[in-house]
Amino acid sequence: MALIKPHRLDYPFTPEQVGSLRAGQFVLVSGLVYTGRDRLHKHLFDGGKSPVDLKNSAVYHCGPVVVRKESEWVVRAAGPTTSIREEPYLPRIIREHGVRVIIGKGAMGKVTEDACKAGGAVYLHAVGGTAQVLAGKVVAVKGVHLTEFGLAEAVWVLELKDFPAIVAIDCRGRSLLRKIQSSSRRIGHKLIHSADPFQ
Amino acid sequence: MKYHAQWEASLFELIRRTSVDLPADVEQGLRRAYKSEKKASRARWALEAILENVQAARDNDAPLCQDTGSLIFYFQVPVGFDTNALASATRMAVTRATRLGYLRQNTIDSLTGIPCETNVAHGAPVFYFEQCARSTVDVRLLMKGGGSENVGRQYSLPNTELGAGRDMEGVRRCILDALVSAQGNGCAPGVLGVCIGGDRATGYECAKSQFLRKLDDKSSVKVLGRLEDRLLKESRQLEIGPMGLGGATALLGVKIGSLSRLPASFFVSVSYMCWALRRRGALLTVRGGFKKWL
Repeated sequence: MALIKPHRLDYPFTPEQVGSLRAGQFVLVSGLVYTGRDRLHKHLFDGGKSPVDLKNSAVYHCGPVVVRKESEWVVRAAGPTTSIREEPYLPRIIREHGVRVIIGKGAMGKVTEDACKAGGAVYLHAVGGTAQVLAGKVVAVKGVHLTEFGLAEAVWVLELKDFPAIVAIDCRGRSLLRKIQSSSRRIGHKLIHSADPFQ
Repeated sequence: MKYHAQWEASLFELIRRTSVDLPADVEQGLRRAYKSEKKASRARWALEAILENVQAARDNDAPLCQDTGSLIFYFQVPVGFDTNALASATRMAVTRATRLGYLRQNTIDSLTGIPCETNVAHGAPVFYFEQCARSTVDVRLLMKGGGSENVGRQYSLPNTELGAGRDMEGVRRCILDALVSAQGNGCAPGVLGVCIGGDRATGYECAKSQFLRKLDDKSSVKVLGRLEDRLLKESRQLEIGPMGLGGATALLGVKIGSLSRLPASFFVSVSYMCWALRRRGALLTVRGGFKKWL
């Protein structure tokens, strides 16, 4: 990591700032983000109201472990969840709510690439499972909405400081993982169909 | 069952430790993987974060991953042991671990969508009991997250598309196909647990139980051991890499078991376990007292 200089991405997430990012770059995200996953995406897609203003916002695909300590919420673990499940909902949410940054994990398809291109948004890939490292980047819990979805599915308003991620899809619709996937599929096809008899 | 409180305390400690403390062999595997990747690569970037996370979870006494997964308990108990009481003590321990944040509220009613606050619900946690000629209780816990569970696959041989027949070459093709389909999406570098044979239910059960094996445990069945080695080597050629970001390390291990089958069926069940392979075992007395970690 020391050898790779990350780009900074600070709240508010302006179109210019986001537009300058390129697939494959490392970024450190700071400022306000909203968590949202399966329930929120379906809710918004079905025309439900957003409890927060999502214009130029970052939505983090994350279901954190949060516990109540006296009057405060404390984040005990907060890594990304698999983003592909939200793909069917993303175009509408980016278009209608103006979401600028999606943070999650895992490969996305053409639908997300197109939605990022059309909406000037980016998809950032965080390292799955690193819930402690990433919880350490949460400096404050500013609030919570839609707790009726359950604590993992609720919309948590988090303030981040230097949250590490990699640009997986930039706002030109270029995808880092697409290339890796198609190459591995090609190699895999060769390995599967190799004439080698089993030894 | 007498000694209910002691049972609950020991099982709680097993859950806590499983959630926060990655087994040493898995951590070693991740370190080896880090060294094998190119300097300043995305693969190293991901593995560095993963290794930092492993330590942070221990230091913070907090879950390695926020998806604390489905809880799968494997008990071996003496003949005649009261397993109902044991299940009840385990449910109490799960409830407490959830309240204290070692487990996420991770259990949803599938019909109503209503989340469960304790992680004790219909089918959760999962129990396997086996009565054996022994005087102690052996308990193993696996915590398996949903992201990795979603990328599992089951094949019925023969499979025309893969050119996979009912032989070991056919099995190899299925397992490779499962990995290529999964890419890094189950949180690579993971471990594949495989079962050859069984039915659609027992095949996956047996595949998952392979995750109880240590990473350096090669199958003592020669043909399976060879296949495990070969697949691990081939996985490196795919250049999927940690988190699917490219690189050599798509897997930390491949573990294969087998069950008998019906003449008409030939299943290959492939279960994917993420790098956060949370597995712990404990040896306990019949009163629930702690003897040692396994």
